[in-house]
Amino acid sequence: MESLLEQIERGMLWQAPGGVHPPGHKELTEKADIFQLPLPEKLVIPIKQHIGVHGNVLVEKGQTVLKGQALTEPNQAWSVPVHAPTSGIIDSIEAMPSAHPSALEEISIVLIPDGKDTWCDLSPIADYKTLENQDIITKIQMAGISGMGGAGFPTYVKSQTDKNIEFLIVNGVECEPYITADDRLMQEYADEIIQGICVLSHVLKPEKILIAIEDDKPLAIKSMQKASESFSNILVKAIPTKYPSGGEKQLIQILTNKEVPARSIPADIGILVQNVGTLFAISEAIHKGKPLIERVVTVTGRTLNKPKNVWALIGSEVKHLLDNCDFVPEAQQRVIMGGPMMGFTLPSVRIPVVKTTNCILAPNQIELPVNDNEQACIRCSACADACPASLLPQQLQWFAKAKEFDKLEEHNLSDCIECGACNYVCPSEIPLVQYYRIAKAQIKEQKEEQQKAQRAKERFEIRNQRLEREKEERLNRHKKPAKPKTTEEQTKIAQAMAKVQSDKPEKSAVSAAIARAKAKKLQNENAEILPDNSEVAKQRAERKEKARLYREEKNKDSLNSEENEIEKTANNDKKSAVAAAIARAKAKKLAQQAQSNEASDVTKTDDPRKSAVAAAVARAKAKKLAKQAESQTSDDVNEPESTQVEDPRKAAVAAAVARAKAKKLAKQAESQTSDDVNEPESTQVEDPRKAAVAAAVARAKAKKLAKQAESQTSDDVNDSESTQVKDPRKAAVAAAVARAKAKKLAKQAESQTNDDVDEPESAQVEDPRKAAVAAAVARAKAKKLAKQAESQTNNDVNELEPESAQVEDPRKAAVAAAVARAKAKKLAKQAESQTNDDVNELEPESAQVEDPRKVAIAAAVARAKAKKLAKQAENKGSEAPNEDTNEKGNDE
Amino acid sequence: MMKASTQLNMSSSPHSHSQKTLSSMMMTVLLACIPGILVQTYFFGYGVIFQCIIAIITAAAAESIVLKLRKRPILSTLKDNSAILTGLLLALSIPPLAPWWIIVIGTLFAILVVKQLYGGLGFNLFNPAMAGYVLLLISFPVQMTSWLPVNSLQHYSLGFFEQFQVILTGFTSDGFSVNQLRMNLDGITMATPLDTLKTDITKGLTVTESLAGDVFNGFAGKGWFWVNLTFMFSGLYLIKAKIINWHIPVAMLATLAFCSILGPLFSPDIHAGPVFHLVSGATMLGAFFIATDPVSAATTNKGRLIYGALIGVLIYLIRAYGGYPDAIAFAVLLINMAVPLIDYYTKPRTYGHGEIQ
Repeated sequence: MESLLEQIERGMLWQAPGGVHPPGHKELTEKADIFQLPLPEKLVIPIKQHIGVHGNVLVEKGQTVLKGQALTEPNQAWSVPVHAPTSGIIDSIEAMPSAHPSALEEISIVLIPDGKDTWCDLSPIADYKTLENQDIITKIQMAGISGMGGAGFPTYVKSQTDKNIEFLIVNGVECEPYITADDRLMQEYADEIIQGICVLSHVLKPEKILIAIEDDKPLAIKSMQKASESFSNILVKAIPTKYPSGGEKQLIQILTNKEVPARSIPADIGILVQNVGTLFAISEAIHKGKPLIERVVTVTGRTLNKPKNVWALIGSEVKHLLDNCDFVPEAQQRVIMGGPMMGFTLPSVRIPVVKTTNCILAPNQIELPVNDNEQACIRCSACADACPASLLPQQLQWFAKAKEFDKLEEHNLSDCIECGACNYVCPSEIPLVQYYRIAKAQIKEQKEEQQKAQRAKERFEIRNQRLEREKEERLNRHKKPAKPKTTEEQTKIAQAMAKVQSDKPEKSAVSAAIARAKAKKLQNENAEILPDNSEVAKQRAERKEKARLYREEKNKDSLNSEENEIEKTANNDKKSAVAAAIARAKAKKLAQQAQSNEASDVTKTDDPRKSAVAAAVARAKAKKLAKQAESQTSDDVNEPESTQVEDPRKAAVAAAVARAKAKKLAKQAESQTSDDVNEPESTQVEDPRKAAVAAAVARAKAKKLAKQAESQTSDDVNDSESTQVKDPRKAAVAAAVARAKAKKLAKQAESQTNDDVDEPESAQVEDPRKAAVAAAVARAKAKKLAKQAESQTNNDVNELEPESAQVEDPRKAAVAAAVARAKAKKLAKQAESQTNDDVNELEPESAQVEDPRKVAIAAAVARAKAKKLAKQAENKGSEAPNEDTNEKGNDE
Repeated sequence: MMKASTQLNMSSSPHSHSQKTLSSMMMTVLLACIPGILVQTYFFGYGVIFQCIIAIITAAAAESIVLKLRKRPILSTLKDNSAILTGLLLALSIPPLAPWWIIVIGTLFAILVVKQLYGGLGFNLFNPAMAGYVLLLISFPVQMTSWLPVNSLQHYSLGFFEQFQVILTGFTSDGFSVNQLRMNLDGITMATPLDTLKTDITKGLTVTESLAGDVFNGFAGKGWFWVNLTFMFSGLYLIKAKIINWHIPVAMLATLAFCSILGPLFSPDIHAGPVFHLVSGATMLGAFFIATDPVSAATTNKGRLIYGALIGVLIYLIRAYGGYPDAIAFAVLLINMAVPLIDYYTKPRTYGHGEIQ
């Protein structure tokens, strides 16, 4: 497998895609030697003639300068100086029309030659090989050398690349029609060019140097071959004539089959390309010390009688060149600086020749007719066939016309080298390159605007944040006073407390407790006020903010009814919120008072039960208030109970509903308990007896539940009583019996509850957790009992019916009895299962249960009681004289 | 010497142009059609010339009216010869003795609706000539299938003006209708070779048996063979003149040949071979003149290959299994619809992008 180098040495050439073959017209100027022009009357030297920045101007108006004297000096990177092309006087330094398609004015130094053409002191380098690379590069820079092929890249920047260069390509292709400047240079100054190549290759040390010349310049090829004979690593390559083979990227592809990746430079792939004119200038600078002050320009076109190549001083006006070539302008004359494919028309002939000018073309209408007959694109894709960058000019044209910039970037518009090959072949004569240039400029503009908009957005956001921060600080300022008050008051209170405690140590515990309580009351009152105040104040502040915002909105938009409504609703919200807050505050107050009372009342070990009861009472009151406050809008729970029950089935349903409510209430009571349990914890006073208090509370709730159950039961009983009774007397009797039973059950439930309540009390309340567990157990039992009472009632209700019916079959009676027994058993099982459920409920409820044994014991106790109840139920069931088959079954 | 005050004209680069303009391209194509027209006249009579004349006049008139309505420059737009080319291609596709109003309707539709209504030159999605042809074929099937047999087979040959009269009136001066003219000596109405083959196959004849008929010269239709050959040479000239790219014709013909080789491999008795398909009907005209219409065809070279191949496949399928004997028009129109997708997926790789160094 051959290496690339071997392939190249063998003579292999590749092809760049696309390309066109415009007629050359080189015969006009390729024959004669380069002509030495007389000195012009005026020289206009732009201070920037390259890609980069201009240097500092060293001269001033009226100063006499010598030929080759530096007029500017470089002051930063990418800065290349300009020199005086001849000796003379600086006439002015001002903005003059530049050698650019726009002909915008750029600062130029106007020099009036004095005709003497005196050189300044030159400092040629005898042997450049003794110099450091950097010194050579500096010399190149100070000689003012930039790319002379047309782009104007600073040569010293290109030469000081730190990348490894494999191939140095010398561009003598000159693919554009009409231009023969490089052709003549290569024919006449081949040795100097080779010397320049040697200088550069000394700096870059490439592996191979390739001189590329198109095969329509046979004399130039021969000349260069002869000059490079003795150099083994210089190879002269004749490439087929095609436009645009001379483009840097295309030339690299033709010679080495490598592609320069998008948005990178040839040095990245180890290749450097230099024009022959630039290399000639390097040779002049190093070996003769001459800066870049003149160059070969082809002056051609059929409106000139004597077209030829000339040595033009940098800064000589185009008029001077044309005059020396016998220019005969015609109507609608165009003067083009550059070739016919990439050159630009000049608005006047008073434009200076710059370092990148390689041709002045003055054509007539016959050889280069003006095309202004644009038609629709017929999608023939001749343009795509001609594009050397393999773009789709047709698509680019559609998008450029439609201003679809994102599609243009997708189709790689930025890779267009504006060679004009697509434009050349388009049958519809569409000015494609013009559209692309405009599109490129518009894309650039759009990007700049986007950046500006982005920056403006960021600034706006930062400003908004700053305003918000300031607003918050303003709001917080009025909250701050609350805190110092508290701390001051608290220290006062603490002092008072200490005083109280220290002053009366001998007095009885009760009085001590009273004193303590008073102190706490003070503290709590103060504490009450302040937290309340802070909460209300917070709300007030929020409301104020809301109001402010609403007012702002109001001011922004026109006055609408909507805004008024918003304000109204806001006010309503505020009112209800205020009312709720007040209610909550009151409740809390009461709760805290109750708590404080209880705290003050409770002594250490005297009578926990009584204190607990008192606490519970207080608690209950507080809760009641709280409930009232909270349940302003909620439906009355007792409502469904008052509905008329007409059917025993409905009675069952009602019983179930009542049960559910009881459960709910119990849960509410529980939650209240837990809230209350939490509340005392949140205050500063820690009382381990709180758990006992909670237990008492639970008991109270249980009692309540039982009472409710009783009331429900009685209701149900009463309701069922109003159902169809066949035997009114018997029904009344049965009803009374049922009532009695219900009361008994309820009392039992109560007593049970009390027993249960007493149980944990009698036990040593040492562990608050145990007490909590016991409380939970009691609660569960209470629930269960309540349920049982209900179920019993239901059963009795159900039993009422058959009682009232006539017994027809004694066998049926026996069956009914058996059924009743079964029912009782079922009840017992249910009770058990309920117990189990409650036991299961116990476990998650009492999260901190450490003694499961206690739980088990409590569960066992409950079960026993349940069985007791069940037996009682059974007995009662068997007592009933006449029992019929009960189709209803159980209540559930 | 030049006066300093002389005003210079400005223009944008490039200032050079290849001078291959639209009108010159279209004119080249028009001129390339002429040999085919002459051959067709020799074999099938002068009707073709009359159809072409009527088509050109109608096309020019229709385009002028529309341009006037659109307030566009008439003469410079007409100069691009695109409307005339459309009319001519349509005239070549229809039977030579079709009534005059057939070609007028078809041309009007092609220019007014398919071309100008879509935006004019360069904006039409479908090939105007083929869209006009399909409109005529579906709307007037009888007139569109009244192809004359080869002159040698006609038992009643018509003179120059008699053919013109038939086109204008539908009857010869002696009162013969077109249908009667189509009859051969045996009194059987003659159809095109493609049509004859299709009918014979449905009748139960094999391809070989059918090809032995009068209409054929052994392997292809009499007369039609020479017409196709002439169009092929004209097309090759167009490729050489860089008016059209080789991708579409080569892809289309290659695919058609390939499919028509596969067909006989499976069942030779009901599938005709590649030679038959390539020189029958309007294959060569379609490959070089119709499918290569730049506006409605794919634009990238890869896309063109796909486009041509798809048309080839469709032509074979419709000819072998479809209801119509000749399928160029349908195939082209159907694949015109796929062109935007083909273009999207066959974009070439730009220099410097996606290259693995």
